[in-house]
This record gives sequence, structure tokens and C-alpha cells, in this order.
Amino acid sequence: MKRLLTVVVLGVCLPAVVAFAQDSTVQQPVQMAMAAVAKIDSGDTSWVLISSALVMLMTPGLAFFYGGLVRRKNYLNVLMQCMIILAALSVQWVLFGYSLSFAPGNWFIGGLQWFGLNGVGLEPYPDYSATIPHQAFMIFQAMFAIITPALIIGAFAERMKFSAFLVFTLLWATFVYDPVAHWVWGIGGWLRNLGALDFAGGTVVHINAGFAALVTALVIGKRKSFETHPVPPHSLPFSVLGAGLLWFGWFGFNAGSALGANGLATNAFVVTNTAGAAAAITWALIDWKLNGNPTMLGTISGAVAGLAAITPAAGFVGVEAALIIGIVASILCFIAVSYIKQTFKYDDSLDAFGVHGISGFWGTVATGLFATKAVNPAGSNGLFFGNPKQLIIQLIAVAATIVYTFIGTWILFKLVDVFVGVRVGEKDEAMGLDLTQHNERAYTMLE
Amino acid sequence: MKLIIAIIQPHRLEQVKEQLYKAEVNLITVNEVLGHGRQKGVTEVYRGFRETGNLLRKIRLEIAVNDNFVKSTIDAIIKGAQSGETGDGKIFVLPLEECIRIRTGERGGVAIG
Repeated sequence: MKRLLTVVVLGVCLPAVVAFAQDSTVQQPVQMAMAAVAKIDSGDTSWVLISSALVMLMTPGLAFFYGGLVRRKNYLNVLMQCMIILAALSVQWVLFGYSLSFAPGNWFIGGLQWFGLNGVGLEPYPDYSATIPHQAFMIFQAMFAIITPALIIGAFAERMKFSAFLVFTLLWATFVYDPVAHWVWGIGGWLRNLGALDFAGGTVVHINAGFAALVTALVIGKRKSFETHPVPPHSLPFSVLGAGLLWFGWFGFNAGSALGANGLATNAFVVTNTAGAAAAITWALIDWKLNGNPTMLGTISGAVAGLAAITPAAGFVGVEAALIIGIVASILCFIAVSYIKQTFKYDDSLDAFGVHGISGFWGTVATGLFATKAVNPAGSNGLFFGNPKQLIIQLIAVAATIVYTFIGTWILFKLVDVFVGVRVGEKDEAMGLDLTQHNERAYTMLE
Repeated sequence: MKLIIAIIQPHRLEQVKEQLYKAEVNLITVNEVLGHGRQKGVTEVYRGFRETGNLLRKIRLEIAVNDNFVKSTIDAIIKGAQSGETGDGKIFVLPLEECIRIRTGERGGVAIG
């Protein structure tokens, strides 16, 4: 294991040194050429930088959201997984993740010419955003690359070996996230060229992470207690805090994806809040009707489902569509976590698939239904605005993402299982991952 | 000497304490415990997963008394904790072999009060 980690660390660091050495010579003329066509707008730049910080906060928010749902013996392990992803992927992203995702390359993946941010400077790169520094776009995207693998941990919570998790996460970010981000958002990406609409990550983030989560849950197997008794959340107030931070950060996620301080950002902000709110109320009402009382967990689950569902649509739909997208998101996710999971008995422990996979799926399809050029002239019309072709394109994007993430995740997770072993021993699982993986405890019993 | 252990509803603790002070019983140890009797626990629902028979929160009192205080202590607990509904709790009375005050090393009845 130690050797494997060393290889990973060296592999990450060595090329960076090389890239650093080349840096100063190439960057200058590229920047000057760009300055001629694009001018930095201070409003746009500040909004994108603030949005980057908002999206950054979502990963600690997710840590609390998930952390409150596990037993207290595994609480730190969940927080640690999120925080280490924040650190490790920040480094991966500036070294080669951004280049693989966004540098001009082929239809499948970006090139390596932006290795170590070589050529990614402080002037705009008009193909992505003409009014903000290229590095502002880069760091905004970094936060997406960070939270996406963090979403997956909900599926294998309370039983995965930390070393295996770390190796898997780096591999997954590089070989699954980066290519899919390139397909949808990168220059030359085939789904971008096809005209697929994904404003802020319905396919790249939510379907990608959600279906990867399902694969990991299937491969790693159920927790010991899964069949005998459900695991009650150890601290729902923490989950509510986390959900609040997610909701807050989501304004950066979606409205920031306008890449400017403008009307489109405002539209995204409004529909994001509307869909999250509609979904939260819907889930609470379903709980009330079916289980006798509205639940706190149901309400925040609904909010997250609605926020995830509006993500691909936020820059293309109006507020009425946002209401429908939110309401339907909660209904579909409720069915997924309450019935489908119970029927098929897979232990997607914190419903990473049931909430993010399903709502990402619905949101991306819904974009093909409700998109309108009245909201975004640079977008497209959906089925309900006379363009059935857009729905077909959305379905292709959904299918391609699901197939790729399913196969890619399965291969990577199996590989890590063979070389490192993904699951902790039975005794470690019983004792809890805080003690066995980190030599720490979240709460002391005695002073 | 007797050791009186009582399991009561959490929201009745203040009333029980009040009655015990009135009966001049000033020594009490309180624990938060989980359990259920005839009510058979509560049902909790998490994302549609229903779990029945969950343990309820209760308060467990421990009071060591000399024999002449047993009746008044029991009466005080009943007065404070009784609502007439299922779940009011139980009182157990156990013989107490010895009692030692750590500060002075005194033993027996004098150490209790």
C-alpha cells in the first residue's frame, strides 16, 4: 500500500516540476494575443471569484450533511474524506486535471498543454469566458471537480478503507470526471459539439457521481447491519447545517455558471432557489401523507434533490419550469430511496445515487423539455418550445454519461479492490472507522 | 438502608425533585437512560425506512435512604411522576449493604444523610 501511495504522489508531482520549468516562456505571447480580443470585467470577475468560494463551501457542507447521517463512530471518517478530497483534488486540478478537462484536445479528452497551469494566465480565454481571467474560470471549475467525487462517498460510507478511498478518488477524478467534463464543457468535447445543454453539471456532476455511487455500493457490498436494522442518523442537526450550507453554496454553483454578473446569473439564482424550495416542501408533504408526519431529514433531502435537478437547467428555464422540476425531483428521489433501494437491497448508505443520480437524470431530461431561448438566447428550445431534437440530444448525453461512469467506475473500483482492498475488516467496521482509520474519536464520553 | 431506583418520564423530573425536597430527601443521582415497558417504544422513519420498537428516553434516579425514609421517598416519587398513563415508570427498592462517605470515611446510616 505504501508503495502504491508513493507512486501516486510521485506521478502527481514530477510532471508539475517539468511544467513549472517551461512556464514563463510560453505564457507571455499567448496572453498578449488574447488581450486584444477580450477585456476583463470587474463585476463578472468578482462574481465568479465569490461563486468559487461559495462552491468551495459546499464540500464542507456536504461533509456535515453526510456526517450527521452516519453513526457517531464513523463521523470523522466522513468529514475527513470530504476535507482530503478538497485538498487532494485542488492539487490534482492545477497540475493536470484542468488541462485534461478543458485544454483543447480531441472529442474525448483535453490535451496536456495546460499542465501545471502552463499557459493558463490572468487574461481571459474567450472560448470559455471573455470577461474574466482564465485562472478565475479555472478555479471556479476546480470546485466542481472537488465536490463531484465527494458526492460518491455517501454510497460506501461506514465501511471503506481510507487508503483505498484516496487512491480510488484520484483515479476516478482523472479517468472519469475529467473526460466527462471535457465531453460536455471542453473545447472539442463531443457532447458540447452535439449541442447538449448542461448549465452547471447535471451530467458532469450529478449523474456522473450518482451512478458511480451506485457502482461502488454494489461492489463494496452492504454494511453488516443493513438487513437487520436501519442505521439512524447520529445527528440530524448537523445534516441540516450541511444542507443549509449546500443550499447557500448552490447559488455559486448555478448562478456562478453564468460566468458573469448579469441577467442570466440572476435567472439561475432565482430558479435554483425556487426548485430547491418546491422540492423541500414536496418531500415534506409526501412524508406527511405516507408516514404520518413531515420529517426534517425528508425536507433537507428534498431540498438537495431539487437543487441537484435544477443544476443542468438553471441557465435555460424559467421559474414555472423550476417549480415543476423541483416537485418532480422529490417524487422521483423519494421513490428511489424508499422503494427501489428497499426492493433491490443495495446499500447506497446515504443515498448518493438515490438523490444525486436520480435528480441529475431528471434535471438533464427536464432541460430538454423546458429549455427556452427566451431565457437564454445562446441556449436552445426544448420539447415544450417546439424542439423535440433537444430532448433527444439530452437523452444521448444522459445515456453516454451513465454508460461511461458505470463502466469506468466499475473498472477503477475493482482495480483498487484487487491492489488495495476496498473494505475494512469486520472488526474494524464494528469498532468504527474513526478509531480504526484515523485513531481519533468525534465525541469523548468522559472529560 | 435501602437503595431506591426509579425509572420516570424525563419531563417529570422537575416535579419529582420538588416532591423529594418537600420530603427532605436531598440526595439524588440522575441518569439519562433508554428503555421501554408496556408502550413498546416508538416508531422512527428515516427516508421511508420505518423502525419500530425504538427505545424511549427515560430518567433513572438512584436514592440511598435510611429505612425510616423509604416510605416518604416512594410517596414523593409517585406524587411527582404519576400521570395515570402508560409509561409513568417503575420504582425498585433494594437492600443496601453499606454506605461510606468518602470525605470522612464514616460508614452506615450517618453517611447517607
